[in-house]
Amino acid sequence: MAFVNWLKRNLVVIAGLLTLGYLLLPNVVVTVFSFNKPNGRFNYAWQRFSTDAWKDPCGVAGMCDSLGLSLQIALWATLGATALGTMIAFALVRYRFRARGAVNSLIFLPMAMPEVVMAASLLTLFLNMGARLGFWTILIAHIMFCLSFVVIAVKARVMSMDPRLEQAAQDLYAGPFQTFVRVTLPIAAPGIAAGALLAFALSFDDFIITNFNAGSTVTFPMFVWGSAQRGTPVQINVIGTAMFVVAVLFVLVSMAVGNRRKRRTA
Amino acid sequence: MTLTEAPAPPAPAAPPPAARPRRRGRLTPYWLLLPGILWLVVFFALPMVYQASTSVQTGSLEEGYEVTWHVGAYWDALSGYWPQFLRSVAYAAAATALCLLLGYPLAYLIAFRAGRWRNLIMILVIAPFFTSFLIRTLAWKTILADGGPVVGALHALHVLDVTGWLGWTAGDRVLATPLAVVCGLTYNFLPFMILPLYTSLERIDGRLHEAAGDLYARPATTFRKVTFPLSMPGVVSGTLLTFIPATGDYVNADLLGSADTRMVGNVIQTQFLRVLDYPTAAALSFILMAAILVMVTFYIRKSGTEDLV
Repeated sequence: MAFVNWLKRNLVVIAGLLTLGYLLLPNVVVTVFSFNKPNGRFNYAWQRFSTDAWKDPCGVAGMCDSLGLSLQIALWATLGATALGTMIAFALVRYRFRARGAVNSLIFLPMAMPEVVMAASLLTLFLNMGARLGFWTILIAHIMFCLSFVVIAVKARVMSMDPRLEQAAQDLYAGPFQTFVRVTLPIAAPGIAAGALLAFALSFDDFIITNFNAGSTVTFPMFVWGSAQRGTPVQINVIGTAMFVVAVLFVLVSMAVGNRRKRRTA
Repeated sequence: MTLTEAPAPPAPAAPPPAARPRRRGRLTPYWLLLPGILWLVVFFALPMVYQASTSVQTGSLEEGYEVTWHVGAYWDALSGYWPQFLRSVAYAAAATALCLLLGYPLAYLIAFRAGRWRNLIMILVIAPFFTSFLIRTLAWKTILADGGPVVGALHALHVLDVTGWLGWTAGDRVLATPLAVVCGLTYNFLPFMILPLYTSLERIDGRLHEAAGDLYARPATTFRKVTFPLSMPGVVSGTLLTFIPATGDYVNADLLGSADTRMVGNVIQTQFLRVLDYPTAAALSFILMAAILVMVTFYIRKSGTEDLV
């Protein structure tokens, strides 16, 4: 009876942890199978333990090239989308102007549109313009769909900023530029960083839009897609595992830094 | 409190966002907006126009296409591919319902019960975002493999008999059946449900729960009458963020499904990239967009949460 009561009280916790397990199960499988030595081309059944793939992560033709290309595109897309998005966010929060509603809808629409639709329509534009599909068309597309997410992230931060801090700076004879660089930007930085991080993750991982607009250029997700048909090399699991570990470490470190900074200012 | 007043993003309350009228630079907002908005107009809005025009063109790849206002493409698309349309909506709806069912307890756990584990669980929910979703989706092939432990357990529990009877699985297989596709969709879009749910749950004042308890509400009643209604904005944006991308997805249906589980996204992809029948593909994607916009508008009206952004 005590057990039943305990179960009742912790039902939410148990259900939540089960969902978390569901969410992480593929990551566990990816990690485990990065130590597999498959028989044949398909890495879908466990054969025996081996660290071969970890010793030679770039041993598959074309994989690391595609990885480098994805990183490069994600970096540029992040820069572009963050710059454009931050400007839009500031304009939306800080100014009252005509066409604000229209701008808001234009920002919202890309997020409310299935990716295939955006991907296909962008392709019709590129085909009509006679553009050569490749690095630049991918970059253009990525900046386009990351933009809205950056705007939302930065907007949230700028909205909660106290405008009196900037007024104080101006009262202390800071010029508009000085106020922006020394006061506004540092306060908005966490929002901008969050937007940039989101843009990077979205761009790096995007498959659907890239698939339509890449031509014969191969990004990492496209490499994975292609290899799924031919048989996935174990090295793909190595990269998947490494990405997960790096992401967790990155977040842990940035949180630790944030905590220390908070403690210092407190 | 009614549902309509529940969505309250940090509106006029807190510090007033620069209520002070600016003297200089009336044009400043327009200069700030110009590059970004231009980008969206040229690479998001204009393509939609091109797509609309493509969908009423006739011709062939060799001889070129011409706008002939041939609306037949729409008819062909609908009559040829209505099963895929229906399937997309059904799979996406099932995945959305499952996401809500699975995601709610986890969001609740993070918001109210996690204590000092909160940040860690949050990281574990977000971190998969940074690993390739294609790799993770392929991992489901291993998990659901024929004769694997999951299929074995489902078989032993006679679950497969029931799902087989319902037409969700076939024989002793899970892979290449609707169940696998819905499982993959649910998995892929679950974080999009959890995060908005968590955001709206976190805003709820814990004292409301105590108050409900003081008024002799049992936990279930408290949830039904206080917590759930107050989390409605999260439920609405979570279901939208799950349903919309799930309807257009073709990755799960391709990797985990079979020819019998093709969704409209798969058709659009094949028509555009392999068959190169642009008018039909454009018409299909236009119908998908219109259908989603109609459904979403209707849903937002119904649930009374207009201010989502």
